[in-house]
Amino acid sequence: MALLEVKGLRARVGDREILKGVDLTVNAGEVHAIMGPNGSGKSTLANVLAGRPNYEVLGGTVLYEGKDLLVMKPELRAREGLFLAFQYPVEIPGVGNAYFLKSALNSIRRHRGEEELDAMDFMGLVNEKMKLLGLDESFLGRSLNDGFSGGEKKRNEIFQMAVLEPRLAILDETDSGLDIDALKVVANGVNTMRAKDRAIVVVTHYQRLLNYIVPDFVHVLSNGRIAKSGGRELAVELEKRGYGWVEDEAARAQPAAP
Amino acid sequence: MDATDPRVPYLEDFESLGREVFGDDPAWLRDLRRKAIARFQEVGFPTLKTEAWKYTNLTPITRSRFRPAALVAGDGLPPDRLEPVMFGKFEGSELVFVNGRSSRPRIVRGLPEGVRVGSLAQALREEPAAVEPFLARHAGLDGNPFTALNTAFLQDGAFIHVPKGAVVEKPIHLLFVSTAQDEPAVAYPRNLIVVEDGGQVTVTESYAGLDNGVYFTNAVTEAVLGEGAVLDHYKLQRESERAFHVGGLQIVQGRASNASDTSIALGGGLVRNDVNQRFTAEGGELAMNGLYAVTGQQHVDNHTRIEHETPRCTSRELYKGILDGRSRGVFYGNIVVHKGAQKTNAVQTNKNLLLSKEALVDSIPGLQIYANDVKCKHGSSTGQIDEDAVFYLRSRGIDLETARSILTYAFAREVVDLIRVPAMRSTLGVLLLSRLPNSDAVREAL
Repeated sequence: MALLEVKGLRARVGDREILKGVDLTVNAGEVHAIMGPNGSGKSTLANVLAGRPNYEVLGGTVLYEGKDLLVMKPELRAREGLFLAFQYPVEIPGVGNAYFLKSALNSIRRHRGEEELDAMDFMGLVNEKMKLLGLDESFLGRSLNDGFSGGEKKRNEIFQMAVLEPRLAILDETDSGLDIDALKVVANGVNTMRAKDRAIVVVTHYQRLLNYIVPDFVHVLSNGRIAKSGGRELAVELEKRGYGWVEDEAARAQPAAP
Repeated sequence: MDATDPRVPYLEDFESLGREVFGDDPAWLRDLRRKAIARFQEVGFPTLKTEAWKYTNLTPITRSRFRPAALVAGDGLPPDRLEPVMFGKFEGSELVFVNGRSSRPRIVRGLPEGVRVGSLAQALREEPAAVEPFLARHAGLDGNPFTALNTAFLQDGAFIHVPKGAVVEKPIHLLFVSTAQDEPAVAYPRNLIVVEDGGQVTVTESYAGLDNGVYFTNAVTEAVLGEGAVLDHYKLQRESERAFHVGGLQIVQGRASNASDTSIALGGGLVRNDVNQRFTAEGGELAMNGLYAVTGQQHVDNHTRIEHETPRCTSRELYKGILDGRSRGVFYGNIVVHKGAQKTNAVQTNKNLLLSKEALVDSIPGLQIYANDVKCKHGSSTGQIDEDAVFYLRSRGIDLETARSILTYAFAREVVDLIRVPAMRSTLGVLLLSRLPNSDAVREAL
């Protein structure tokens, strides 16, 4: 059974239909990259999978571990092991990083029937993960993303992912706004998360991140559909030739309605 | 005067108290009372046409008959009844007033020599000359008829006098408790805080109602700071939800003094809170903070005024409101920078969080600037819970209701964290959390 099976997914935001029939199968252990030009629907796909309100599903099915993902509330998706690393992590003054994350982790552990972690065990766990992302201790005492630089926010997303240990991680433009050093740190964090029982979907506009997080599969999203799929070499080709040729190909393959 | 005039019962009560209770007053106090009641008689209660009161309909107060607590109410309570409203683990001095009058327990500890912390009634009885130079010198009768009423009827409260250079390290808590009576009663707590040059003190006032009674608290506090004096003042208003509360605080600051006031309003059906402050000499600093969190049919009106009369003073004002149910909030802020008050630095901020569609807030920030070399700004915002933030928390496994509670508490926290009296901060934290759904989960996340 595939970890994630998306069939004919159509969705809109406001009045605009953005996803027009996405098909995508992701198995445990795989890393997929979803690429595409701006406005192609990459972020919409990521957000629909995470259950963001106001993203209205018009049709299609999404099975996660064989279960209907689309009927689940966002918190249930998270507890079932789905994680979205936000393109724009939200700043929340007054909510401490550490406490928030402990609360999130324990809500997931309760759902799995596991014992909750106390403060000591939790600190033991996060210290290790913080080193991985090059975060110092003061970070835990700060408010959630409040006043963080762009790079700190992205590192925090991957740090959360490392602590929450999802089965399916979707990274929405995690590379945007990162300098090369920060990009390496983030990619390294992601790479250590690669595992047989976990899948990672990397949504990105640029090939650059894929030099560091090497995907097993690359998909090009164009005009709300997966227009082309391939291996890693597809990303390299996109980098050289841009997205235009894929869009042209897709348009030829699907002639305009009579 | 027509017998249905709302002033009549107050004038009548003043006469009877004058015979029965105020008879032993020193002459200066009798004069003061007479001036005050005359002032009240002259101006009467404000109406919606009175500019400073236009968002607050006082009819529920003016149409009710409140008997002076001094005539009808008991002034003692068994300790177990007080316990729920006292601060737990409190290290300072604590004075208790029941229905406006001093009561037990009365704990005074850790005071340096010469510091006076006690009942105003007692001070007026035993050493009126120590009170006279300060009482009603700053909370003027002209501005606010409720202050005039309080002055006419004042009987008890706290008198805190910190002499030159004395530093009171432990906070002083003044607890005003009202109990339900057969007929609604009005109490007039009056506090006087005098901090002489170089003195330091922290004072917290709590107003609490027991038995969800209907009553009226009309409280006035005057605080005077000498040169280099430091005062941290707090107010925790948790009256019964059927109670009326009108409170006035007047702070007057001397040269290079440092004052803070943090005013928390959680209770009361109809609440008006006036905080007025003046810088009378150079170099003063002020932090004026507030948090109002109301629900149901509660109405809370905050009226603040900061007067920069002299150069090089700094004021920071932050008021935040959380409004649920059909509650209504008012924030009115006015910072006046007088002519010649150069190098004034003043920031005023009001933020409101509306938790229901029926809740409403009027926010009227204001700056009046008559000097030309100043740094001043003000801002006001009112909004709902940020849905992006809710989704962010949910996407990490936190359920919708808990996410909303977490964000509500986080909004309040900016003010809660400014409270430097641990016992009050934790009491407030518990009170705020207890109103939120899933408070255990919220506590874990903070």
